[in-house]
Amino acid sequence: MTELHLAVALDGAGWHPAAWRSPAARPRELLTAAYWKDLVAQAQRGLLDFVTIDDSLTLQSGDHFAADDRTDQVRGRLDAALVAARVAPASEYIGIVPTVTATHTEPFHVSKAIATLDYVSTGRAGVQIRVGGLGGEAALFGRRQLPTLDLEALQRPEIQQLIAERFDEAADFIEVLRRLWDSWEDDAEIRDAATDRFVDRDKLHHIDFEGQWFSVRGPSITPRPPQGQLLVSVLAHATVPYRLAARQADVVFVTPHDTASAQEILAELRHETAAAGRADDLRVFADLVVFLDTDAATAAGRKDELDDLAGAALFSDARILAGTAESLADHIEELHHLGYAGVRLRPGVLPTDLTAITESLVPQLQRRGLFRTAYEGTTLRGRLGLTRPASRYLLTNGAAR
Amino acid sequence: MTRPRKQIILGAYLGGVNHQTVWSDPAAGSQIDFASFRHAAQTAERGKFDFFFLAEGLALRERQGQIFDQDVLGRPDTLTVLAGLAEVTEHLGLVGTLNATFNEPYELARQLATLDHLSGGRTGWNIVTSSDAFTGQNFRRGGFLAREERYTRAEEFLSLARQLWDSWAEDDIVADKESGRFLRRGDAGAFAFQGRQFDVSGRFTVPRSPQGQPVILQAGVSAEGREFAAGGGPDAIFSPYHTLAEAQPFYRDIQERSARHGKPDGSVKVLPGAAFVLGDTEAEAVERHREIARTQISGRGAQILLETVWNRDLSGYDPDGPLPDVDPDPEGAPVIQGRARIHQNPFDTVARWRAVAADNKYSLRQLAIHVFGHVEFVGTPAQVAERLDSFVQNDGSDGFILGSHLTPTGLDEFVDKVVPLLQERGALRTEYDGSTLRDNLRIPAPVERQAAVV
Repeated sequence: MTELHLAVALDGAGWHPAAWRSPAARPRELLTAAYWKDLVAQAQRGLLDFVTIDDSLTLQSGDHFAADDRTDQVRGRLDAALVAARVAPASEYIGIVPTVTATHTEPFHVSKAIATLDYVSTGRAGVQIRVGGLGGEAALFGRRQLPTLDLEALQRPEIQQLIAERFDEAADFIEVLRRLWDSWEDDAEIRDAATDRFVDRDKLHHIDFEGQWFSVRGPSITPRPPQGQLLVSVLAHATVPYRLAARQADVVFVTPHDTASAQEILAELRHETAAAGRADDLRVFADLVVFLDTDAATAAGRKDELDDLAGAALFSDARILAGTAESLADHIEELHHLGYAGVRLRPGVLPTDLTAITESLVPQLQRRGLFRTAYEGTTLRGRLGLTRPASRYLLTNGAAR
Repeated sequence: MTRPRKQIILGAYLGGVNHQTVWSDPAAGSQIDFASFRHAAQTAERGKFDFFFLAEGLALRERQGQIFDQDVLGRPDTLTVLAGLAEVTEHLGLVGTLNATFNEPYELARQLATLDHLSGGRTGWNIVTSSDAFTGQNFRRGGFLAREERYTRAEEFLSLARQLWDSWAEDDIVADKESGRFLRRGDAGAFAFQGRQFDVSGRFTVPRSPQGQPVILQAGVSAEGREFAAGGGPDAIFSPYHTLAEAQPFYRDIQERSARHGKPDGSVKVLPGAAFVLGDTEAEAVERHREIARTQISGRGAQILLETVWNRDLSGYDPDGPLPDVDPDPEGAPVIQGRARIHQNPFDTVARWRAVAADNKYSLRQLAIHVFGHVEFVGTPAQVAERLDSFVQNDGSDGFILGSHLTPTGLDEFVDKVVPLLQERGALRTEYDGSTLRDNLRIPAPVERQAAVV
């Protein structure tokens, strides 16, 4: 049995739309550095592998396809990659994985931003790549015409085709990130006064990526980051995104709702990974929305109260669990036995359910011998059992030399 | 003169991708590691500087298709470093140079507003544009912008960014748990903009930041640039002038243009970049400067610096021999790429340099050292303090952006030796008296203009 990994997904006041009204919530501080530092520090106290910081280019909305004009839910958020950089120097061990949208952004900028996050965090950076929505998001940039969507449109073949293309574009995007991270070999900077050379230019590489949606010449302006290659993760709910994960990700977040679907998803991912010609080394995390309390009734009651405040039962792409640390630990143990690397927990309420994760769930898992009792090593790759790869350009050069 | 002594504005520039930064010095540290930036920024804050400043370069420089290897090469991502520095400093402004050509307004406005939140209101943006197709090869659109459209793009970019920053009012977030009201109004962040460069609409995600809008800085000495600066443009403008004779007319011109745009006197700050070399005696400082310049500009480095003006391969010319006897070739394929061209008319520049070289019997390298190794403030700490102060008090500028040849400790001796003298003169604060970059610079908060919602 491999080591169990635990991550937490941070977003606003928590994953329940009424979370901000909970007694411990800090809704007026969601845009402050102190709030995010406190959350990351709490996660680090629980020895968690990493936190992800959610993001989207569009304003939050209750409607999946368009902006709404609600005034009763959290609206407004910060750029996650910068939140990550802001909290990085204030933590020491925990991995920091911001969400970045691939669809409208520049891979060159994103590559150096995440590489720099790796420098600022001394080897703890990763990224979650989000494929952008169509329609409203495109209008923010005004560079592309993409159709607006609704549930009906989603069924149309041409829209399905368009969505598949966005995932193909994201695969290209990640390919460019990875090539740029490798575009400086590790020892490219030589500072050789005798020959008056700061770098050995033979160890810098144009990446010359040419794709259907963009071309990037490189090399990066930022030298190879401490981890060499940075952890790339995606959230996936269906075959097209599974394929993206299988092609390009180190970690995939999936949303099984029961044992059967948990097995099916794993099987499909294995199939896609094999089809992509890759070893079976994709780390699969199950996403769970959690409300934790000392007894199941209190946890469920807390969620119900929030549902009442929100005027509707919580709906989520991920399974929702309201219960005790013990029952959650049972569930995690089962997923782990099925072959999941771990789980990414989405706290229903921040900081309440995050604190319950670190103070109740983690000790429970430790007692079962399932979870670490101290951090070892400081890099995120190392924590997930990923080695530090050599630059791909070193390998091709080596063959030629 | 009865007006009070002007407070000198000081920006700290961490040496980077240029020939000035000496990488071979045993004390030279990493250009990339966060620890270097932390040291430089914390030193600047110890010296009660107004802000920390990062430059930009979005492609590695090349010479005849080969990547530069003689100068410092490579830099981290500007916004990411500044966000990290917000954690390890408290008062220091955090100013990044960010391109209006190779960024999109929605995304960059979002990042800058985010940084302003995360730094408690210490963000500044040095807006630059580029029409450089070479750099464009790293980006989705390539080198799409015609040179003459650069200011149009910059102006539109900035006015759109301002609209985005104004799309949330200061009191839009209510967050009243009791009543369940989070937003004051359901359309917070709504915007729409149509121009020649941009046609965008939607809802902005970042609520109004502590400064309302980040401080805007800009370089530009052309009439177009000056007008942009004085009008709807920046809060501060970089000046290339280091002698009072040149600097005072520029300073006056900026003030007069501002006044014509109805801005109060002194509302656009004028800041030249400057370097310094200190010594216990003036002679020692001069000697030290000579040594530094020789290290900065090797024979090969000298050839390459002159190539930026000649636009010819000069590698065949002996650095210790005379200047190249050929004319510059501005129409030829670029020899150097990824570096801003600074000389508008290379023939005039070369003619001037020939005269200087003839008068002083300079070799190619000596001429390069004379031109590119120039340091504005060389002397004892007392001399440097006096010259800085008198330049500002005589309206040559409002302050300086100071760089050094040494990363990351180059600023240490300035803070240890010159800053106390400036403070004694009453020209530099001894404690910070505000919390935002606007407070540091004494620039009033922008008027909140609620965007017209469509």
